[in-house]
Amino acid sequence: MASLQMAALLSAPSTPVPSDRVRLGALRLSASSSSTARNGGALVVRSEAKVSGGGASARGLSLITHAVAEKAAAASSADSKPGHELLLFEALREGLDEEMERDPTVCVMGEDVGHYGGSYKVTKGLATKYGDLRVLDTPIAENSFTGMGIGSAMTGLRPVVEGMNMGFLLLAYNQISNNCGMLHYTSGGQFKIPIVIRGPGGVGRQLGAEHSQRLESYFQSIPGLQMVACSTPYNAKGLMKAAIRSENPVVLFEHVLLYNLKERIPDEEYVLSLEEAEMVRPGEHVTILTYSRMRYHVMQAAKTLVNKGYDPEVIDIRSLKPFDLYTIGNSIKKTHRVLIVEECMRTGGIGASLRSAIIDNFWDYLDAPILCLSSQDVPTPYAGTLENWTVVQPEQIVAAVEQLCK
Amino acid sequence: MAAALLRRASTSPSASLLRPLSGRLFSSSSDESVLSIETSVPFTGHKIEPPSRMVDTTPKELLSFFSDMALMRRMEIAADSLYKAKLIRGFCHLYDGQEAVAVGMEAAITKADGIITAYRDHCTFLGRGGNLVQAFSELMGRQAGCSNGKGGSMHFYKKDASFYGGHGIVGAQVPLGCGVAFAQKYNKEGAVTFALYGDGAANQGQLFEALNISALWDLPAILVCENNHYGMGTAEWRAAKSPAYYKRGDYVPGLKVDGMDALAVKQACKFAKEYALSNGPIILEMDTYRYHGHSMSDPGSTYRTRDEISGVRQVSRERDPIERVRKLILAHDIAPASELKDIEKEVRKQVDDAIAQAKESPMHDPSELFTNVYVKGYGAESFGADRKEIRATLP
Repeated sequence: MASLQMAALLSAPSTPVPSDRVRLGALRLSASSSSTARNGGALVVRSEAKVSGGGASARGLSLITHAVAEKAAAASSADSKPGHELLLFEALREGLDEEMERDPTVCVMGEDVGHYGGSYKVTKGLATKYGDLRVLDTPIAENSFTGMGIGSAMTGLRPVVEGMNMGFLLLAYNQISNNCGMLHYTSGGQFKIPIVIRGPGGVGRQLGAEHSQRLESYFQSIPGLQMVACSTPYNAKGLMKAAIRSENPVVLFEHVLLYNLKERIPDEEYVLSLEEAEMVRPGEHVTILTYSRMRYHVMQAAKTLVNKGYDPEVIDIRSLKPFDLYTIGNSIKKTHRVLIVEECMRTGGIGASLRSAIIDNFWDYLDAPILCLSSQDVPTPYAGTLENWTVVQPEQIVAAVEQLCK
Repeated sequence: MAAALLRRASTSPSASLLRPLSGRLFSSSSDESVLSIETSVPFTGHKIEPPSRMVDTTPKELLSFFSDMALMRRMEIAADSLYKAKLIRGFCHLYDGQEAVAVGMEAAITKADGIITAYRDHCTFLGRGGNLVQAFSELMGRQAGCSNGKGGSMHFYKKDASFYGGHGIVGAQVPLGCGVAFAQKYNKEGAVTFALYGDGAANQGQLFEALNISALWDLPAILVCENNHYGMGTAEWRAAKSPAYYKRGDYVPGLKVDGMDALAVKQACKFAKEYALSNGPIILEMDTYRYHGHSMSDPGSTYRTRDEISGVRQVSRERDPIERVRKLILAHDIAPASELKDIEKEVRKQVDDAIAQAKESPMHDPSELFTNVYVKGYGAESFGADRKEIRATLP
């Protein structure tokens, strides 16, 4: 009898089976089909409808399996395009979720990441899925919980420490600089620190000076640290996964204003390279190097530039430490003109370091001085107009390219 | 019997302070027979019932205490001369006087339990199983050093023995230690972590932050304050409004221990380990003393009198940890005084040999400058800024 049941459940639904048994089977099957199927869905999903349909037809009723027929049609048309659409913070969450599922040593620590779901919803739902020991709500004590993350990384765990705003991690600067960055070196290679420190930074919408800081310039000289900045849902998920898998401490810079960007990303699993830059728009006349939010200002300026007859090559450098001098170098060898557009301060920012790296390595290929557009060396004002003037705007980028290409 | 009593009376004029209330009044020659010895002073507890003053030990253990502490003492004194000979440079913080803490702790725990400490780490490293050659090579910056010569005096580590270092910034090791305890709980290891810090570090905010989190999450973390009463040049009463460091945990229970008594340290650590495995963090305050200054650049006599230092050392005051164990060994007839002298001579020789061997170890090649900055996972090589010498190569 049991084997007949199994045969009935698994085989084509044309064989009439007792209706109560089928219902039971349908229940069982539907329970498994409710799991989020990232990789195309389980085979069982499709058979469920047929089996219950078969049972219904045995009873002589026509059962509508989907209440809203149009919805099913819409779902299938979306499925015809590859991939799925989501927002940047959801992409981060997907990357984090996949890594946590794959590796039980991955855990998340931060303020309000657990029960609250994360102040930018990056960790929403993870606490209910993985429990309180893997998604940890910490008190407001950045110095010590970053230190604890580093201490647990020394033993082999892979913590993901979230700073609710990157600016708060200044309180943990000692731990990040001395322990996180340097322990692998000072212990002679004994300890590795596979930690990921992430959080939103950058200038938002009138958040005020202390909540608009760009910490990439402060962290860049810490030896032993790797820094990456994500800018699209695609690279956010890929970089998150790469950062978690990396054996080195990685600081992942997200941007407050980019969390709601929508993009279609592949269904298949993918991991991006941490040290690689992204070619956004190939071109011939000028190399524009940028990262994070400024990428969108640059692309906006690029539209104007194309209309004016210029052909800019836009590279999102993504890897802030170390720089991907290979991609950047190849671009400079082609265009001979460089413009750096960044959100960091002028003094001691990522642009300043990138400029000197380019001069050191590619001086002979340059036809013009390297221009660097950065934010002004002021605390970010609250007033909206002033804040706009602090960061680089597309008009300035257009003017800079015109000046370079004269 | 009478001879034994007479011998005991003659070697220790103030034997009454020792009060060896052992069950056996005759000398025990078997190594594993249990002796119950009373600690010098009772434990003081804060929000916890302190453990008993009677500590179980064996003659074998007492002898090992003696030889381990003698080795540590000898190593530190040798490091002093090496520093003055300019073979050790930079900072060198010596642990002599505090050996009982390292040795007593090791006796109570296993290598699965973690220890993390600050920069006064040479003896803790030895206690965790490090050898003398590694220690001296590291101090002299040679390749055979435990951290490859790239860490120095303040950065001794031994991963396979769960010794997490060796940290220069005061207080920063305590959150790290609580993190190790978190990982132990996460992995269900059934082990604890001892995070050591000094009376100077006890006023750091990150300690209380880490303690709060450890208490919230019930982590098996034991915070051990090695109170040698001076934070470099500042006496504890000038730095802390409340120098009762074992009470500073407030909601976390604490125990005050005589840190110059290896048996008391052993008892306290055993008690703390049992407590922490089921109840979360506990603070231990080890009342101890350092004979040297804060480091080799500090004479150690500008903020305390020489009388005070020698007072602690003197046999009559009985605080010196090695002298205390020596007395116990002689009082219980575990070994004659001549054997103890032999151990000391042997230890001296071991240290001299290790120094000679460490001096043989080669200095580094310049290419070593760039190794171990990153773990080679994705093949990223990091280079310096000199264009002629290097290029950045990426996969």
